[in-house]
Amino acid sequence: MSGGLSGGASGAAAAGEVVLSARDVHRDYQLAGETVHAVRGISLEVRAGDWVALVGPSGCGKSTLLNLLGAIDRPTSGTIAVRGRDIAALRDRDATAFRLRHVGFVFQRFYLMPQLSALENIELPMAEAGVARAERRARARELLAYVGLDARERHRPAELSGGEQQRAAIARALANRPAFLLADEPTGELDAATGAGIIALFARLNAAGTTIVVVTHDGDLARAARRVIHLRDGHVVNEVHA
Amino acid sequence: MIGVLAAASLLRHRARTALAVAGVAVSAAMVLDMVMLSTGMRESFRSLLERGGFQVRVGPRGAMPFDGEATVGGGAGLLDTLRAIRGITMVAPVLGATLHAPQPGGAVAAFALGVIAGSQGDYVLQEGHEAVADGEVVLNDPMLAAVRRRVGDTLTLATGYDPQLRTFSGGRTLRIAGRVRFRYLAADQRGAALPLATLQAMGGDARRDRLSLVMLRVDPAADVEAIRAGIDAALPRVSALSTATALQQAEQRLSYFRQLAFILGSISLVVGFLLVTTIVTVSVHERVGEIAVMRAIGVSRRHVVQQVVLEGLVLSLAGSAGGLALGLVTARWLDSILATFPGLPESVDFFLFQSIPALAALGMLVLTGLAAGAIPAWRAATLPVAATLRREAVA
Repeated sequence: MSGGLSGGASGAAAAGEVVLSARDVHRDYQLAGETVHAVRGISLEVRAGDWVALVGPSGCGKSTLLNLLGAIDRPTSGTIAVRGRDIAALRDRDATAFRLRHVGFVFQRFYLMPQLSALENIELPMAEAGVARAERRARARELLAYVGLDARERHRPAELSGGEQQRAAIARALANRPAFLLADEPTGELDAATGAGIIALFARLNAAGTTIVVVTHDGDLARAARRVIHLRDGHVVNEVHA
Repeated sequence: MIGVLAAASLLRHRARTALAVAGVAVSAAMVLDMVMLSTGMRESFRSLLERGGFQVRVGPRGAMPFDGEATVGGGAGLLDTLRAIRGITMVAPVLGATLHAPQPGGAVAAFALGVIAGSQGDYVLQEGHEAVADGEVVLNDPMLAAVRRRVGDTLTLATGYDPQLRTFSGGRTLRIAGRVRFRYLAADQRGAALPLATLQAMGGDARRDRLSLVMLRVDPAADVEAIRAGIDAALPRVSALSTATALQQAEQRLSYFRQLAFILGSISLVVGFLLVTTIVTVSVHERVGEIAVMRAIGVSRRHVVQQVVLEGLVLSLAGSAGGLALGLVTARWLDSILATFPGLPESVDFFLFQSIPALAALGMLVLTGLAAGAIPAWRAATLPVAATLRREAVA
């Protein structure tokens, strides 16, 4: 893998500044006619350069909280702010633009576009953001080199291993220099050795200043984080600092 | 990037896309053929009527030209009256009759026209010369074949034939002056033309000085409708029909075809719409996870809609292009079948390609494809992102 990555986060925050905060956030939804209280009054803060792991049993609200923090979902009540700006009240168009420019998403199942090459997958968010073709191609190549896939730029997702797909997905998440990276079970589909490579990549990104919030069941990934927040039944039950 | 994604999405299931395009092409061909059918007969009829350069047809009152055996008497006086009307530059009288050629074992019948050579508009000379002199006749190919004669031979023709007694009346031996093709006869219909006076004389008292039709050529500067109306008002024994009126009457008679074409064309459009909607909906349904991820990483609803609509548009465009070729081939094939319909003039086409109506019809299909893509596109764009990702993760 190559070393550095040019450019910082969008509107780069000073180290230690609160970039993400949740205040008494609730999220209820209907499932089979019943109300599910997925998140029940969670408050937390994430500072620039943090690496936070959200852990807990299945159904405890980790992924729901991550979706709320990334403006994919809206809280039933409470506020979520990014550098003081309330994102819970954003209209769909503004929330979409916010996700495009300020959030990097990494999913358990990678979710690369199967019909696009690795390079094109990384270009996709930049194309959406209106980055000129030459510039986004150069940035995509830089990111592929950063995650160690510079020799695989023409390959489609089906031609990449699980670990390679996840690295490409991480590169895609970094494309628009987001303020923070949100990852939902990023090692969940990978074997231990491959997962270790992804953890190392996260560590390298965090060391370079990238703020990361990760949902995981993976003990190794949780241990690598600076802070581990334990959730149960939609509540924060415990927080451990490394 | 939207175009790349749309193209890639269509190419992901090549066979399905090809079948969908084929289906739209069949639908487009049907729409095109119906448009061609709705205009074909009308335009063919117009072309047929205008070909001779006559703008007004005068016949016995209450009868269409050659509709039955109706004739009008006092032909010479009628022609003089018509020639005297200001604005009429040519008067072409026609008498219709059935002639019988005695042949071993019976007779060969032919539809015969008594005309004045040089002013007629019923046939095109193909060999020899027109029947100018008394005792001359011109025949078309089916008649020449039936009587086994050639140009220059003689042929006995009779105006009356009793099949019971096998006797002929009003017979006369005529010289075949030329070979012709009749404009208003079916391809296999036997026909003959001879000088008007000869045919009137052969018909005896029943046809003496009688006419079936008089065709009038009008000065381009003159008002055709005014002349037509003037004849109608001044001559109670005849009725005058302008080409425009004839077309109007033909249109009324052909309205059944137009309605049929409209209904079938509309059904084809609906089929095309449903086909594109189904294919794009299935495609969207298969990709809800991908679409939710696109939305999650910041792809706007507008671009998701554009991508899906583009897929529908490409399907309908490709289908319309294929439908154009398919429609032209099937129209030609159907035309060749319908051309054998008994009694139809050889030059009548049921299906006529006219670029503007044809492109308008295919354009409508493309617009239908756009609308068809819009429904699944909206569904894709309004997917609840978090819930869809959650469902996909569980799946």
